[in-house]
Amino acid sequence: MAAPLTPSMGNPLSNPPSNPLGERFKESPSQTAGPYVHIGCTPNFLGIEGVYPEDLGTRMITGNPDGERITIKGRVIDGAGNALKDALIEVWQADAAGKFAGRGGAEGFAGWGRSPGDMTTGEFTFETVKPGRVPAPDGRPQAPHVTFWIVARGINLGLHTRMYFADEEAANAEDPILTRIEHQSRVPTLLAKKEGGAYRFDIHLQGENETIFFDI
Amino acid sequence: MTNGFTARDRAWHPPALTPLYKTSVARSPRFAPIGAATSLSEETGPVFGHDMLGAKDNDLITNFAAPGEMAIGPRILVQGRVRDEFGRPVPHCLLEVWQANAGGRYRHKKEGYLAPLDPNFGGCGRCITDENGFYEFRTVKPGPYPWPNGPDDWRPAHIHVSVFGHGFAQRLITQMYFEGDPMIWQCPIVGTIPTREAIETLVARLDRAGSIPMDALCYRFDITLRGRRQTMFENRMEGM
Repeated sequence: MAAPLTPSMGNPLSNPPSNPLGERFKESPSQTAGPYVHIGCTPNFLGIEGVYPEDLGTRMITGNPDGERITIKGRVIDGAGNALKDALIEVWQADAAGKFAGRGGAEGFAGWGRSPGDMTTGEFTFETVKPGRVPAPDGRPQAPHVTFWIVARGINLGLHTRMYFADEEAANAEDPILTRIEHQSRVPTLLAKKEGGAYRFDIHLQGENETIFFDI
Repeated sequence: MTNGFTARDRAWHPPALTPLYKTSVARSPRFAPIGAATSLSEETGPVFGHDMLGAKDNDLITNFAAPGEMAIGPRILVQGRVRDEFGRPVPHCLLEVWQANAGGRYRHKKEGYLAPLDPNFGGCGRCITDENGFYEFRTVKPGPYPWPNGPDDWRPAHIHVSVFGHGFAQRLITQMYFEGDPMIWQCPIVGTIPTREAIETLVARLDRAGSIPMDALCYRFDITLRGRRQTMFENRMEGM
């Protein structure tokens, strides 16, 4: 039996009443987040208090979800070797079972985090759980990974990258994205290593160890 | 069905390296980004409920002001819709906005412009679109200001907007400009966008029908996010 054609999804001829002719629109062009992104996204961090009770994305673990507790630390480093102190770093990931918040993910796990970085060192920290494996579009399992999105002054379009785990060698070796990267010598830029109890993931915007970014 | 998001049109967005906007030079990747189809990791994203909003979150005129006080400056409403590339409304979508005060000064430690702070203006606000993708917030019109790039570069009046959408692939930060501002066309940051046609989509239009008489003018600013592909033919049969 054919699947029912629902008006909201799946039917190429279906348009909402507000767009009966099926007109197409261009995505709003990106502009840099600028030097003052923290005013809008983490005002309490800056000392703008009393507007919001707390900055969004401060806590990824809000309850007691299953999974290994991990800490991710890193910096965003420019072409001159300096750590950015005006960046905003966001992460999005599955829970320990490979499920996303809002799609059957574990209670007490937001899956989303946001960090303005440390005021003096620029280092970001995320307290989270180690993600499980998530299927690729063709159904193959992807290696455990955390999606990163980086914006800052001087970055014209938010940068997408992924942090994989260096200690997941078998999963990484069959990951559909990692295995099809042409310059395999660059893959280590996506691998976080455990150092002193935390996974370290430094993001190099350019230079010898330029991190792989994705057009995804 | 797990149809992915449309590919981003990178010729429409600013490139990473735009030397006239000097800070981009040391912060732009030199390698091309690697293309990949979206997976669940990008097709899902954080969800924010209307219940997280405070009563004044979308009112920058009062959300930082002392009781009974208001921010100084031309009072404006900003209204618009968030839709996707297929024209579908994007409901329940979080928008965060930030801006300078009416004198062009940000409330930030690293801000060096001599224009004064407004004690009743913090400069941040947020709202979530309704069922139809509609949003609004109230603020004062920000002032233009000089910034360290060239010896005499000025930003046009603008409001920064962060938009979430429903999937992390849709995540977007952009800026809203004001109709009729001659400084738009002299700004190196605006100029990172390759075409005038694209820039025009970031210019909010004065909407006389939306104004509140004797109170506030209204600007209309619609936002478009990447669309989720609509086809029954996305999922390939086994072995193909």
